[in-house]
Amino acid sequence: MTAEVLHHTRHAEQDRQSRLKNRILCCSVAGCLSAGAEGVREAIQNETDHPETEVCRTGCMGLCSRGPLVRSSANDVVYTDVTPRDARAIAHGEPIEGRMLRPDHPFYAGQRRLILANSGYADPERIGDYIALGGYQSLLCALAEMKPEEIVGEVKKSRLRGRGGAGYPAGLKWELVARHPSSTKYVICNADEGDPGAFMNRSVLEGDPHRVLEGMAIAGRAVGAQQGYIYARGESPLAIERIRTAIAQARREGLLGSRILDSSFQFEIDLRIGAGAYVCGEETALIASIEGKRGQPVPRPPYPPESGLWGQPTLINNVETFANISTIIEQGGEWFASIGAPASPGTKVFALAGRIVRTGLVEVPIGTSLRTILFDLGGGVPEGYQFKAAQTGGPAGGCIPAQYLDLPMDYDSLTRIGTMMGSGGLIVMDTSSCMVDVARFFMEFCRDESCGKCIPCRAGTVQMHEILARMTRGEGVEGDFKMLEELSGLLKEASLCGLGLAAPNPVLSTLRHFREEYEEHIREHRCPAGHCHMGAAQ
Amino acid sequence: MSVRTLEVDGKTITALEGETIFSAAWDSGIRIPRLCHLGGLSDYGGCRLCLVEVEGQKKLQPACLTKVAEDMVVRTNTAALQAHRKLIVELLFAERNHVCAVCVVNGACELQDLAARLGVDHIRLKPQYPKLTMDLTHERFALDHNRCILCTRCVRVCDEVEGAHTWDVAGRGRNSHIISDLGDPWGESASCTSCGKCVQVCPTGALFLKGKTVAEMRKNRGFLQYIVTAREKKLWIA
Repeated sequence: MTAEVLHHTRHAEQDRQSRLKNRILCCSVAGCLSAGAEGVREAIQNETDHPETEVCRTGCMGLCSRGPLVRSSANDVVYTDVTPRDARAIAHGEPIEGRMLRPDHPFYAGQRRLILANSGYADPERIGDYIALGGYQSLLCALAEMKPEEIVGEVKKSRLRGRGGAGYPAGLKWELVARHPSSTKYVICNADEGDPGAFMNRSVLEGDPHRVLEGMAIAGRAVGAQQGYIYARGESPLAIERIRTAIAQARREGLLGSRILDSSFQFEIDLRIGAGAYVCGEETALIASIEGKRGQPVPRPPYPPESGLWGQPTLINNVETFANISTIIEQGGEWFASIGAPASPGTKVFALAGRIVRTGLVEVPIGTSLRTILFDLGGGVPEGYQFKAAQTGGPAGGCIPAQYLDLPMDYDSLTRIGTMMGSGGLIVMDTSSCMVDVARFFMEFCRDESCGKCIPCRAGTVQMHEILARMTRGEGVEGDFKMLEELSGLLKEASLCGLGLAAPNPVLSTLRHFREEYEEHIREHRCPAGHCHMGAAQ
Repeated sequence: MSVRTLEVDGKTITALEGETIFSAAWDSGIRIPRLCHLGGLSDYGGCRLCLVEVEGQKKLQPACLTKVAEDMVVRTNTAALQAHRKLIVELLFAERNHVCAVCVVNGACELQDLAARLGVDHIRLKPQYPKLTMDLTHERFALDHNRCILCTRCVRVCDEVEGAHTWDVAGRGRNSHIISDLGDPWGESASCTSCGKCVQVCPTGALFLKGKTVAEMRKNRGFLQYIVTAREKKLWIA
């Protein structure tokens, strides 16, 4: 595809869409599909007799708990809880009382959708839809108008931080790889999202795969790589299918391969599918897995920008990091840096789960308070329940108690209170949740997902889980605190990779904010939340 | 090759550029504890016993993997490091069934020696007592999973020195275990050359010669030095 053809495709598709009287977009990512979205789409299709009405699939519109969701472009509303029986009304653009969300609904009004901008507006299986919304313009700009170092400069100016969890400045990483003299380099997209309750990356890949491909291609140009890999989870078959479709389309249109957009730039993207090990989200384990080795981490340094895939300099970023790139190139790094918190600009997608009225996906400027996210966007906890804590960062993160509800959700504030941003999972717990049991659950997860290479993590998680399980059975003893703290210290300081280093976080954060609950379990053999069964102790 | 001067435990020592802290300290008589490292094999970084404090570094560094640098200040035996090492040894003892009294290498076991040296005289953790098997299918050697600490010395010596790659690790986390070939019985392994190198490098009684009873098995690692040195100096034609 040449620049002219891209331009033409964009305008032709825009024209075609503007001539339509109505475009009915049915959510077709995992959440709504499991609620029956495909049947809904077919029913609407059958009811649509007007040639100027188009029914198609689209990405995540966020409010997963009220799915299937369907957007109607004619009156700009999102219908919720749609069943095939509503097909007729939706096909004819009629209102359905009580089940329509307008853009000014609190769930949408508080959001700033950059990464999810196309979700709800474009069909993830049609490259034309992406191009019509300005897709691949940034790649064209990066190839035709910018030098590689200018691209890196823009990303540095944006102060974008890696969205995988640790928040390392993306621009610095890009610069390290770009400056490396090697002629063979790789770009890897880490799509191995495995935190319990997190589905941000999956939704981005299912809803807007081309955005990620474009970000990777721009990265390839910036750092001088000709080959990219997407490492996706085998557990997300739909995401895999959509990536495959998107890669095939991009290749066919000449947006991947050789001489991309009439330039000398050559870039290929291949898909690698993980076999379901959480540790493979750790960059060195992920690289080992792509190389066909056992998925376990190797000590750093050397870091991947110096020696990564097959010993070559490798740029490895999260799905969401790459999804930000086209926007940064299009709008400029300075513009991006003005959004969100000064030290961590941009937006962040959070997956709301647990005891909350509106579960689903929201995208907000970084630094938005937890209260805004949970209560304004998420609708708060359901009636009859009381908020107790929010868990962020998955098994590597911690719990945020009610007194920190006004805390801005940015990397540094979260680290300060003993949790972390992580990849964006946000699990809400009410007063019926026992914090000792929450810690036990995450420790069980880490125990089962430890690769077994280093002793602190392999055997330490077993022992920590043992102690926590004993407490929840009412068999805890005084010495357990000391042992938990000692083991936490060992894991935090001596483990080989991030999994072991962060495994004690859920324990430490709940000990910090809910120590009295632990004490009650041990001293009174009582679970204040009424969750743990203490039969054995009595 | 240039020389580096550094300070280890208050002692000024010299080392070759590119050398690791572990080997530089070893040459100066400073013995940093370790179980997975073995001179002549690649380094693994799994046992975490050789972690040391390096001034100016926030994180503890594995001595077996960290290269020396000029004016580096290293502490190998602080109270915090000792506490970590003791706990690691306790974790190992609690993980599988390490019963010295009935072990073939009693008296010559690296894990046992380390426990004695670190003053680990009891285990504060809950022993897991996993039900594990032994592989006695090989004609001359035996594998006892009860005593394995997953240091992977056997995996590395078989792959890097013998070139057979009979051994590898299967399973994840606490279910990790050593397998021969693709989980076949050792005696039926098509790749095993029966050289016995794995038996000799094993730090515990997990790999031993058949016919040895309690406290009779002694390991001999002299061969490793000869082979590796000869290979480095290209003393034979490959």
